Amino acid sequence: MNKLIMGRYLPGDSLIYHLDPRGKFLLTFYFVGIVFLANNVASYAFLMAFVLFAVYLSKINLGFFIKGLKPIIWLILFTVLLQLFFTPSDHPLWHWGILTLSKEGMVIASYIFIRFILIIFISTLLTLTTTPIEISDSIESILKPLKKVNFPVTQVALMLSIALRFVPLLVDETTKIMDAQRARGVDFGEGGLIKRIKSFVPILIPLFVSSFSIAYDLAIAMESRGYKDGEGRSKYRVLNWEKRDNMTVIFMAAVTIILLLIRSY
Amino acid sequence: MEITFEKVTHSYDVNSPVANLGLDDVSLKIQDKKFTAIVGQTGSGKSTLVRHINALLKPTSGTITVGKRVITPETNNKNLKPLRKDVGMVFQFPESQLFEETVEKDIMFGPMNFGATQEEAKAAAEEMIKLVGMDTDYLQKSPFDLSGGQMRRVAIAGVLASRPETIILDEPTAGLDPVGRREIMDLFKGLNEDGRTIILITHNMDDVADYADEMAVMNHGKLVGSGKPFDVFNNQTLLDNDWLTLPKSAQFAQDLAKKGFAFSKLPITVTQLASEIKQQVR
Repeated sequence: MNKLIMGRYLPGDSLIYHLDPRGKFLLTFYFVGIVFLANNVASYAFLMAFVLFAVYLSKINLGFFIKGLKPIIWLILFTVLLQLFFTPSDHPLWHWGILTLSKEGMVIASYIFIRFILIIFISTLLTLTTTPIEISDSIESILKPLKKVNFPVTQVALMLSIALRFVPLLVDETTKIMDAQRARGVDFGEGGLIKRIKSFVPILIPLFVSSFSIAYDLAIAMESRGYKDGEGRSKYRVLNWEKRDNMTVIFMAAVTIILLLIRSY
Repeated sequence: MEITFEKVTHSYDVNSPVANLGLDDVSLKIQDKKFTAIVGQTGSGKSTLVRHINALLKPTSGTITVGKRVITPETNNKNLKPLRKDVGMVFQFPESQLFEETVEKDIMFGPMNFGATQEEAKAAAEEMIKLVGMDTDYLQKSPFDLSGGQMRRVAIAGVLASRPETIILDEPTAGLDPVGRREIMDLFKGLNEDGRTIILITHNMDDVADYADEMAVMNHGKLVGSGKPFDVFNNQTLLDNDWLTLPKSAQFAQDLAKKGFAFSKLPITVTQLASEIKQQVR
């Protein structure tokens, strides 16, 4: 669990950290969209340069991102290999049964590889530099227009922020319960499949019990502090859209235009 | 089983930007069949230290010797069961580990994992529930129908049921009422007198003064003092640095000293305090 860095927040201090989370959130999705516009070597090189520039701005060690690829490297390699050997071609370099190796296949496979890396790096950058609570605030703010169709935005936002607040708590609780059961002789990850699944019962039941009791206690505590429903509450955490956020949007627009130019070249 | 820590260092999240040191060069000897208390402020490394004894954590460097077994950074995760059978561990708020349908099954869980037969485990459950001061009627109830204090006792029974030689207690009385507290502590003292090694993590200095034979003081991952409680509580350096607080009797003696009483060494238990006062008033 410690090896997966996607979704984790890393405390730090740099320009990327101070950007408005709403902007970061939307721009990350936007970037994932425009990655698919790239169609030749130059455009991929340009996008790669952009991502490396963003990583450089965040002042987070690039090695940290690369290490974060480890848990998903097999998925990436699997996709790349599929592309490499199953791309139909008129001029195959090598042919054996249903496997074909061709120049086109190699090019497409390397594009896919770069595309994966770009998307993973940029989304990791978002989660590393944005606290979970900022992400949930920006989701609330982005969903606000849905209030018109009676979508319970405030409740969903509260649910999200409570859920996020409880992730570290439940992770701690899980480690603690696992340790306690280990001390009573349970071996996790040993024996056959059935035995392994069974060994999770002593973790899951206590975990459910404690989540329900935490939820119950929290509900009582919230009520006693005057909470009735999501409506009519003021907001304590205010998001501020500043000049640098405008600059980022303009910068992203410039990136898009350059990308379109390179693409049609 | 004697437990020896030799230059043990442990750091969490090695090789990541958020790495932090849990234990810093700790060398400590925990004597066989003694009652040892480990004290220190929150976050001083007490829990990290004891988790090494049954290899729930492994040292980043250094070795731990538990009886004949040696735990090093290279220790394999396999074949740890005999070690964990010998070293029982009661975690903080152990009631959160209960999961079976009945109290009996939950107490039997440990022994069964360590290879006891059904009959042996059943017998152990019956014996242990009595030992922790509950009626055998409770064996057929669901652990989730019990009160918090009763759940605590069942959880402790579950750990004791595999008859460990060494028992590690991580604040076993946290959140209990005064009577429950006393009963549980007396239970452990009894087990100690029967020849078990007890290691107790606590914030309660009165418990240390009343029950422990030996104590160790931790601060910021380092071992800053160890020895007999009477000597450690009279160690001026520890007190001056705020690494240690005094038991109530010693605090009272300090107040008395301001009013003209003279103590060459601070008494740490009520009995010692009373006999000192008696002598000086005479």
